[in-house]
Amino acid sequence: MAAESELKKTPLHAEHVRLGAKMVDFGGWSMPVQYTGIIDEHHAVRGSLGVFDISHMGQFFAEGAGTAGWLNGLLTNNVDRLGIGECQYTFLLNDAGGVIDDLIVYRIGESRYLLVVNAGKIGEDFTWMQSHLAADVAFENRSEHFAGLAVQGPRSAQLFDAFFNGRYSRPARNEILSLVIDEEVYYIARTGYTGEDGFEVFCPVSRAVRSWNDILRKGADFGIKPCGLGARDTLRLEMCYPLNGSDLASDTTPIEAGLSIFVDLQKPAFIGRETLVRQKKEGAKRRLVPFKMTGASPPPRSHYAVFKGEQKIAETTSGTLSPTLKTGIGMAYIPTEFARINEQIEIEIRGKRFPAVIEKKPLHRVGTTTP
Amino acid sequence: MNVPENLQYAASHEWLRLDGADGTVGITDHAQAELTDVVYVELPKVGAQVTARQQVCVVESVKAASDIYSPISGTITAANDALTANPALINTDPFGEGWIFKIKVEAGEEIEELKSPAQYREQLGSGGGDGEGV
Repeated sequence: MAAESELKKTPLHAEHVRLGAKMVDFGGWSMPVQYTGIIDEHHAVRGSLGVFDISHMGQFFAEGAGTAGWLNGLLTNNVDRLGIGECQYTFLLNDAGGVIDDLIVYRIGESRYLLVVNAGKIGEDFTWMQSHLAADVAFENRSEHFAGLAVQGPRSAQLFDAFFNGRYSRPARNEILSLVIDEEVYYIARTGYTGEDGFEVFCPVSRAVRSWNDILRKGADFGIKPCGLGARDTLRLEMCYPLNGSDLASDTTPIEAGLSIFVDLQKPAFIGRETLVRQKKEGAKRRLVPFKMTGASPPPRSHYAVFKGEQKIAETTSGTLSPTLKTGIGMAYIPTEFARINEQIEIEIRGKRFPAVIEKKPLHRVGTTTP
Repeated sequence: MNVPENLQYAASHEWLRLDGADGTVGITDHAQAELTDVVYVELPKVGAQVTARQQVCVVESVKAASDIYSPISGTITAANDALTANPALINTDPFGEGWIFKIKVEAGEEIEELKSPAQYREQLGSGGGDGEGV
């Protein structure tokens, strides 16, 4: 773990410290893991509203006549399906079909695209994409220029309306709005990583503190709370959204991860396609599935052994105590023969096995939260 | 951070309350704040013989599992079963209802190695210190 002074800081670092956040090293970034408490912040997002600093995430811009064709050769989903102002979740794969990164590509102009990538992968993604660059594409890493804020929760739309007072209409789910405020461009997307309604705002670094404080101030009427990475993890895991580096890796494919709806195998060519076509035809040998503990047990964590009878069949890739379900939950790549809903498995925790059951995705259905 | 005067402290952030040879052990206010929301406590076995600085049980928050060490050698005589149903007692009352186990102390001289409230406060002041625990 790097010393605090060597860690990268987002433009909101001083705000987090001022709010009493507990800061941790997250992939080389000093990030808030929580302000008041993970469970408290989790419930704020499920019940009303939370705001997260996502300035560590990366922003790439690609523009030019060749961009759509180039992106379609690198990404699994099909950017030709995007109208201007729309976005899609997609994967950047290596030659063997393994995941380099999962990202969102936004079409922000006729032939202009914004890609939002994971913080720890900015360098690797950019180098990989740059090394496969096509003619007629201007490709730029503008991660240093942008801050990001994610407003998430069932009262997000109300906050949007109160915030802009009718000056802008809300983007629809998976749409993005670009607007100019005091001569600077802001992007506001109806996307997120919690399963709740919400907006992700990308603004210039120089506007980050102002945006953060305006959102907290105007959001106070809707019960907004600043939320850290701890709640971000419990929220995404209840939705079974994968975390790259844990649930996705260079040796796992989107087919194995059960995310083939974000893969367009009709496209004639993209990097990694051969492996995916083969897995689709022959059937993947393992599947990323969610599970729930069925009795009293310690919370599962990543890298715990998964048993079926006396056989160790997998290792967990993620695990936590679900604040909504109030039980241990997790995910694991289970051999296909056992990767069925209602299959009984066991998770080994400190040498002792605890019963669990494979569940359907998502583990939590949004809108079913009981306070 | 609350550091009560009537207790002794281990560098790994456990406290010990002594009444003759009868000790009560828990984790400090600083430790519970660092751990955040405690969601599971794996209690030590009653009757177990333990030595000072031996890992005896585990406290888990949403985020991570943390080992808890015995501050002193002895025999564990009781475990706080209330923590099974309500592990958050460690957060809300770390020096009271959130106690973890009781121990019959066997090696009296080890007590000298524990920190006074002033020494423990000094450890916290210098950035959490050399503790291996939470």
